[in-house]
Amino acid sequence: MNLTLKIWRQKDRNTTGEFVTCQARNILPDMSFLEMLDVVNEDLTRSGHEPFAFDSDCREGICGTCSLVINGIPHGGQKGATACQLHMRHFRDGQTITVEPWRAKSFPVLRDLVVDRSAFDHIIASGGFVSVNTGGAPDGNALPVGKVDADQAMDAAACIGCGACVAACKNASAMLFVAAKVAHLGLLPQGQSERYQRVVKMVNMMDQEGFGACTATGSCEAVCPKEISLDFIAQLNRDYLVGCLKP
Amino acid sequence: MNLDAKIPSGPLDKKWEKCLLEMKLVNPANKRKFEVIVVGTGLAGASAAATMAELGYGVKSFCFQDSPRRAHSIAAQGGINAAKNYQNDGDSIHRLFYDTIKGGDYRAREANVYRLAQTSVKIIDQCVAQGVPFAREYGGLLANRSFGGAQVSRTFYARGQTGQQLLIGAYQALERQIGLGNIRMFPRTEMLDLVLVNGHAKGIVVRDLVTGEISSHSADAVILATGGYGNVFYLSTNAVGCNVTAIWRAYKRGAFMANPCYTQIHPTCIPVSGDHQSKLTLMSESLRNDGRVWVPKVKGDKRSAHQIPENERDYFLERKYPSYGNLAPRDISSRAAKEACDDGRGVGPGGLGVYLDFADAIKRLGADKIRERYDNLFVMYETITGENAFEVPMRIYPAVHYTMGGLWVDYHLMSNIPGLFVLGEANFSDHGANRLGASALMQGLADGYFVAPYTVGNYFATNSVPRPSTNHAEFKKIEAEIHHRTQNLLSINGKRTPTSFHRELGKLMWENCGMARTDESLRINLKKIPELREEFWRDVTVTGANNSLNQALEQAGRVADFLEFGELTSRDALERKESCGGHFRTEFQTAEGEALRDDENFAHVAAWEFQGEGKTPLLHKEPLVFEELKMSQRSYK
Repeated sequence: MNLTLKIWRQKDRNTTGEFVTCQARNILPDMSFLEMLDVVNEDLTRSGHEPFAFDSDCREGICGTCSLVINGIPHGGQKGATACQLHMRHFRDGQTITVEPWRAKSFPVLRDLVVDRSAFDHIIASGGFVSVNTGGAPDGNALPVGKVDADQAMDAAACIGCGACVAACKNASAMLFVAAKVAHLGLLPQGQSERYQRVVKMVNMMDQEGFGACTATGSCEAVCPKEISLDFIAQLNRDYLVGCLKP
Repeated sequence: MNLDAKIPSGPLDKKWEKCLLEMKLVNPANKRKFEVIVVGTGLAGASAAATMAELGYGVKSFCFQDSPRRAHSIAAQGGINAAKNYQNDGDSIHRLFYDTIKGGDYRAREANVYRLAQTSVKIIDQCVAQGVPFAREYGGLLANRSFGGAQVSRTFYARGQTGQQLLIGAYQALERQIGLGNIRMFPRTEMLDLVLVNGHAKGIVVRDLVTGEISSHSADAVILATGGYGNVFYLSTNAVGCNVTAIWRAYKRGAFMANPCYTQIHPTCIPVSGDHQSKLTLMSESLRNDGRVWVPKVKGDKRSAHQIPENERDYFLERKYPSYGNLAPRDISSRAAKEACDDGRGVGPGGLGVYLDFADAIKRLGADKIRERYDNLFVMYETITGENAFEVPMRIYPAVHYTMGGLWVDYHLMSNIPGLFVLGEANFSDHGANRLGASALMQGLADGYFVAPYTVGNYFATNSVPRPSTNHAEFKKIEAEIHHRTQNLLSINGKRTPTSFHRELGKLMWENCGMARTDESLRINLKKIPELREEFWRDVTVTGANNSLNQALEQAGRVADFLEFGELTSRDALERKESCGGHFRTEFQTAEGEALRDDENFAHVAAWEFQGEGKTPLLHKEPLVFEELKMSQRSYK
């Protein structure tokens, strides 16, 4: 099939970008969305033009690198999937597709479709961990964790840090990302001793990085490729409140 | 050149203890005076960087991805092995050691593997303490599953995302140290060369992938944890960014490359769907616990799976290897699948696939149980192929997955260049000619958490070459070389894209140096790869500029290195005139078609030394001595 792409071009962080139109020819239904972009880029390169820069790595939906807003929806709207797992069989011949980068003040565009998400790393560095050094850990079975808690912690820990939640939010809030980490560690016994300091530190850093406030509209949950539940934000709010009230 | 592996004397189970005792320590007050560079932030790199920083050393950490959390360890699905014997099924350190040596077809060092097995138990404890959400039983204890190449349940897992969860654990430890100011992190920064001063590794030259700036970093030691080279085959299960550049640059500065021909083909990948394919997707081998592998008994059977009755199916792994069945090791399972397809009994498009059927397991355990065990894998399969594996059997085919070869290291994980340490998949050390499932995560974390932090400290305490300034002439010389090479790539203005060269190289590698290799096929590569390389430097087109984010330039540099590395791999495969593990030479097989080792002539590590551009590299041999185990013909029947 042949498609028309309206795709974002931006030279660098300090330059204003714009949509440009280009054609994607001979696209097969089994191609992934990124493989379709590969085809476009190969055509551009062969004709001496610069390809569109876009981030990707594992191309199996787990590394969280890809960051495309496709037809206005982060990762393109396929439930529970990243853009690299979106296949062209979901598009029609002759369709026009818009492709743009994550849009958020805290995720500046570096070039074309590539954004800087180091703000997420800064949030983790502010407290998204259990403070244990290597060595000296007790036997793994010394601290039993009930299956229900372990499963719920795993549900939260499944976050891949892609940032689709921020891109989907009208306030560019990072609440779902922060909530997932706070819940992952807060649900496990290992995370208890720092539970309330952790949440306060992470939320403060989130604010400092310029992410907006949560509006509880749930757009983050809707686009999350790992289907992280909005419920975790409720847990985050609870823990944050307790954390703020603690002396 | 004497390849001294520095293996401590004494009984096998006391070697590491002895080594730890003999190593020199750095006084806590002096630790901050030493700096280490860690390249790569996968399991090995992130765990090493975090642990070294916790100890008080200065650490600089580099990765080419946008965040250290993205490294390809994240994609490992199945699990991590540890000799905990929590299941009371007879596991022990010695048994894990034995399984790993045997699985590696007696081409790994006993001492390294034994240490790995010993360390495995501490890894699980460490990861649990970090909050890694391993699967649990209802009573709250850790759950295990079994995995290929083992008859005990020793694999710990976190749904189908074990690699991700372990990496997040290491990444969080890394970020914690970044937050504390003990690690300086350089994301989107690619190592382009290694710098030696007075024969010691003392720094690297890197390119900032956003601004294009070339800069130098010096340190007291350099750790490379840059992963494997599977993408020399173009199509593999590796992330598209995985590359050989860091270890290849180190090789060209004098580090020995060991056993590059040992590449692992993974049996359970989703088959190729067309020429556009940019990567292959692996389905965790753990699926083989409950899935049964089969093809039709008759050639060219075009019926759908449901229409083929039980007695017309060939469950070839169960038939050929009754005691291990569908859990036969990776190389054996892969080759058996290839043989079935070569025999015209493959299924799916092009006949390049075999069935992995869950019907029996669903009948026995119920769909819910299967969903709980493998849900994300079934979802992944459906997303890619459009088929529901609860209703029709999966189709799988082998694909390049892991590379056992890598830079040569001694027992301290130090290469032959003093001060250059190599961890994880980037080194050659622990898996011999074939890696068992769930052992890569184990090795990466063993190296990073529990080996390198001690051995690098020992190097600091004993070495006499001080950390140079980045104004040292050697740094300036190498920076200039990199500028020259970059300008060269940008100015060729040829007709072919870097991808087209990469794809052509991959095809040569897969066809001539893939699952089965022959003297003839390897000689084809030794002729064609240099030709392709010559064409690359004459006719490649790299668009854009040096002083900006330029993915074409990044890719071209990596492909250029693969074009050199592919030749060395083929040469190594040609030189190893035996079959072992992932290296299968068609000329050397038993009457039953199994790998036929030649222990008399090839029980050694092949370590290659760069001799200069256009010159044949020099082969060094490190003999493998088996004191504990007796080399025997691997049998999984």
